[in-house]
Amino acid sequence: MPDQAAEGDAVNLAGSGDAVGGAGAPPLSGSTGGLVCSEVSVAFAGVRALDKVSLSVNRGEVVGLIGPNGAGKTTLLNVLSGFASTVTGSVHLDGQDITHFTPQRRARLGLERTFQHGRLFSGLTVRENVELGALAVRASSRSARSIADRLLANLGLEEMADLPVAQLSHGDQQHVSVARAVAATPKYLLLDEPAAGLSEGSMAELGVVIERAIRESGAGVVLIDHNVDFVLKLSDRVVVLDYGEVLAEGPSDEIRRNVDVVSAYLGEAGVEDLAASQAQ
Amino acid sequence: MSWVSDLVNAISLGVVYGLVAVSVGLVFGVLRQVNLAQGEVIALGAYSLWMTRGLPVAASIAICCVVCVAMSLAIQVAIFRPLRGASALTTLIVTFGLSYALEAVWLIAFGPNGEPVSMLSSLNSVVLGGSIALRWITLVEIGASGLFFTGLVLILYRSKIGMMMRATAEDFQTARLVGVRIDRVVTWAFVFGGLSAALVAVLVTVQSPLVTPSFGFNLIVIGLVGVVLGGIDRLGRATAGGFVVGFVNSLLGAVVPEQQLVFLPMLTFLFVIVILVLRPAGLFTPRGSIVERV
Repeated sequence: MPDQAAEGDAVNLAGSGDAVGGAGAPPLSGSTGGLVCSEVSVAFAGVRALDKVSLSVNRGEVVGLIGPNGAGKTTLLNVLSGFASTVTGSVHLDGQDITHFTPQRRARLGLERTFQHGRLFSGLTVRENVELGALAVRASSRSARSIADRLLANLGLEEMADLPVAQLSHGDQQHVSVARAVAATPKYLLLDEPAAGLSEGSMAELGVVIERAIRESGAGVVLIDHNVDFVLKLSDRVVVLDYGEVLAEGPSDEIRRNVDVVSAYLGEAGVEDLAASQAQ
Repeated sequence: MSWVSDLVNAISLGVVYGLVAVSVGLVFGVLRQVNLAQGEVIALGAYSLWMTRGLPVAASIAICCVVCVAMSLAIQVAIFRPLRGASALTTLIVTFGLSYALEAVWLIAFGPNGEPVSMLSSLNSVVLGGSIALRWITLVEIGASGLFFTGLVLILYRSKIGMMMRATAEDFQTARLVGVRIDRVVTWAFVFGGLSAALVAVLVTVQSPLVTPSFGFNLIVIGLVGVVLGGIDRLGRATAGGFVVGFVNSLLGAVVPEQQLVFLPMLTFLFVIVILVLRPAGLFTPRGSIVERV
């Protein structure tokens, strides 16, 4: 399957054997479940940022999205969440065409996202930030409070509940950002570089929080991050983008050994190292 | 001991301008747009007190509250909703124009000489005689404003809508993206702004009963100056700024000779200019903060 991508065709990225986008393949737009984008192309000032990319994620599944700088990862996340318009292609959420829906409308349908820089409310406490996530989906004040408390306890964040967010470290703010998104009981969750700027230790802690959050919500997750190991460790399935096209797709172990992926990231030297390690 | 009464009077005028600042600051907080027509909400509230002068005081005050909230919401629907996303300058000019237009309406409807509101005039009687000359209205202004500020703080920090208002005031776009119901937040900001305007109308007409067409505009100009003086980006700072302007204005009025009172606005504005030149982001905004460019 990764080789298909290397040959330049649009690739089957459906997680459970759904119909696929791509040359000669039926489009995904008729799919009834999951968060699905099919044959999406996006251009900025005439430059193609995404070229007929298709991707799907099912509830309870974690799909990692990796690729070198400029590969189109964030653009794809923006397409899914409604922050970027498509030139061609469509986005469906559990069978409903949401291609032209605003981010707010998508959020109301259960599509939540986090942001690279958290975008938390620094004047509010940790608990209030998480409560807001619940209030946004019509929870009452009391239930929002109990959702926030339960979530903070389950994610191991209860000790910081009453602290103003402005007092937290960058790593802790990323934890809260994930908690706020989960409080909205999303069906699908898009995590935009949650580990950016974190130390190894903080990244490991964040990984634990994300795993708990996924278990807590049962949401389908699309995770992008520059740290490939971080993504590979958390993902059931990984999609690799390069120059706006899908380069490869498959389970983490397969991706680690994929020659095209190693070449895109590390060049020929990396491929030679990979070949040497496989020979051993 | 006259300094005691001067001080208490200054505090009472300070809290009234603090209320004016709240009515402007609440809307600015969530929308980052200035409502210059808020003064006309106060003016209509004051005229409603005159129009309902035959009713019991409680009914008259209740009607004033309803009128102010209704007008505040009407401005929200007719002006601010269509102009959502427009530049702050556009809204400033539109509400400035609306203010002028409404002044003309008051002029046509009520005449140029003003209408006297005689409600609660007994509050102008003296509490203490002798050297400390205090009137009941001074204490009522401090007490009522204190209750209003306390209630507002409780709503902002203890209620669902208050939390949403604080989040929206901090980052409108993110609040919208995480699903905060912005329309509801904006509506409540205008409701509280209307209530604050009603309280100002009641308190000011007790002290200065003559309601003229420029009644509201004069208040809003000083209130807005206070908002900028305190720091327009935070409601607490804006309110404190309103208080400071009222406080300083009252103290200067007490020390300036009576025949020189015509210079009182000049002296007050001179104070404001000096403060803003020294602290462009506002008196209560931490040094080094970025100045809001409206």
